[in-house]
Amino acid sequence: MAAASSRSGSGGFSVLGLLKTNGRAQLGLGILGLFVVVGVIGPLFIDDAGNYVAIPYLEPSFAHLFGTTGQGQDVLAQTIVGTRASLFNGLIVGIAVVMLGAAVGVTAGYFGGWIDDVLSLAVNVLLVVPSLPLAIVIAAYLPPGPFTVGIVLIGTGWAWNARVLRVQTLSLRERDYVLAARVAGEPHWRIIFVEMLPNMGPILLTQLVGATTYAIGAQVGLEFLGLGDVGAVTWGSNLYWASNDQALLTGAWWTFVPTGTCIALVGFALSLLNTSVDEATNPALRVERSWRVYLKKMGVLPGMVTPVVRP
Amino acid sequence: MKFLLKRLGFYGLAAFFAVTLNFLLPRLMPGDAAGALFARFQGRLSPEALDALRRAIGISDGPIYEQYWHYLRDLAHGDFGISISQFPAPVIDVVWTGLGWTVLVAGSALLIGFVIGTALGVLAGWRRGGVIDSVLPPSLAFIGAFPYFWLAMGLLFLFGFEWRWVPLRHAYSDGATPEFTFTFIADVIRHAALPVFTVVLATLGGWMMGMRSAMVAVLGTEYLALGRAKGLSTLRLAWKYAARNALLPNVTSLGMSLGFVLGGSLLTEVVFSYPGLGFLMVQAVRSQDFPVMQGLFIMITLAVLTANALVDVLTTLIDPRTRSREA
Repeated sequence: MAAASSRSGSGGFSVLGLLKTNGRAQLGLGILGLFVVVGVIGPLFIDDAGNYVAIPYLEPSFAHLFGTTGQGQDVLAQTIVGTRASLFNGLIVGIAVVMLGAAVGVTAGYFGGWIDDVLSLAVNVLLVVPSLPLAIVIAAYLPPGPFTVGIVLIGTGWAWNARVLRVQTLSLRERDYVLAARVAGEPHWRIIFVEMLPNMGPILLTQLVGATTYAIGAQVGLEFLGLGDVGAVTWGSNLYWASNDQALLTGAWWTFVPTGTCIALVGFALSLLNTSVDEATNPALRVERSWRVYLKKMGVLPGMVTPVVRP
Repeated sequence: MKFLLKRLGFYGLAAFFAVTLNFLLPRLMPGDAAGALFARFQGRLSPEALDALRRAIGISDGPIYEQYWHYLRDLAHGDFGISISQFPAPVIDVVWTGLGWTVLVAGSALLIGFVIGTALGVLAGWRRGGVIDSVLPPSLAFIGAFPYFWLAMGLLFLFGFEWRWVPLRHAYSDGATPEFTFTFIADVIRHAALPVFTVVLATLGGWMMGMRSAMVAVLGTEYLALGRAKGLSTLRLAWKYAARNALLPNVTSLGMSLGFVLGGSLLTEVVFSYPGLGFLMVQAVRSQDFPVMQGLFIMITLAVLTANALVDVLTTLIDPRTRSREA
């Protein structure tokens, strides 16, 4: 997806250019990269994070840097092993959410008419029905586990993406090159996949980042409620056990602080990435930023106008 | 009026969808969930309870449209079935006990967060690049990246366990009887303070950034330049002219994020053992009390739809354009 977006020319957007110039994107990718490395390599050094290693609720020490859980497991090991599962599942669900959203949104926008009416109605209904209770009810009927959590999150999370992509499709549909393709008799699927989708690269990229953020957060939430596989080591199940073992009432803050900080750092990194991609693809935002920097350099206080030209 | 009627029709449709989904879920699930459920409860529950369960899930021998019709009729009469875990309490009674607490916590959190966040957004948008604009957004974004319930755990640990400023759990002290006295109300407020604070803290950034960008969009307009030329005070210009016009998108997003905020507050309730709908729902999930779970889902959905409808009414009231669009 990154490759597609760096090719598509909307405003000269490229992932590499973004990395070179934007400090926020660098920070975001840096944090994310660190977690990916930990998630991929870290578990190789850990035998089994579920093992009993020391007395329960040991405070952080040199032997156990993050202390031990209420069941005598090493918190550091659990955090590292959880990283792999949570990031991986989050990414998979994120990709699926974007794909489903794109399929529905583009179909609705492209074909219009009654197809659009029906799909838009479904999207809007799903947007107003509170998704967490819906996810809980559906998940409660399915056998608990990562597969259930994934399916439920995909099923309840795609509506927003569909809505955005539908609007985008509506505006692309009337462009000359799409009309030309239609006149030339290209089949619908080719117009959608070859002509239109590549031009949505940047949007799909921000959506992927956003959907992955959603997926990680919601996944942790459902697992915290015990709807995931509580036997597996993930960030969500770490918090589930911390709460189940009454960590709060024994003062064992180290059983939930590391996992929560990891979740927040990943979420923060993803949102940094999202705003900087936004900035890179939205000329108005980009101009405003460079304008502010320029004014600061010249020693002028920023005024209340939105600039339209670049300094 | 036509605009409002159309919206109300849409909410009616959404409610119908939720109700129907609720009916279909137990029937659509793989491997005969209902059958497995009965097998598990067989022998543990009295025949009446089993029968209640059967009825709650709507399993009868009739054809499916007949079951559906019975289900709708029961629902219309406020009959959500019988709770399994608190047999023989009707589900509707269980749900009612939670609704008030959730409305209290989620409602006040939504209101407080929206008002403070919007005000901060006005300030940030008015003085772009100022202190508020450069310090708050990144820090609030970082806080917002934590899961609600994790923030709740952290705050509960600090304020409840370490410093003992607030009670650790429940909606009022053990032994207190619900009544309209000053002491009881103060007790309730003390218990609700931290859950509300958690949700406010987590949502503040969103409201603020929404209002900020709406302000930025308004700031370039000519009526502001005119106001400034007329020599209106900055205060009046910022709040009466700019903020008032920038408010609309934020009110609209209030409606859209209702479900999201509520979801977060439901998880927060679980951490605080606060007896609202979210806490009840998790208990129902853990005790496999499907009738209660489904009743809660319907109630939460209806509450959110109602709140959405109210926001729509509010939008038409504060924005003449939505009214004129009908003409």
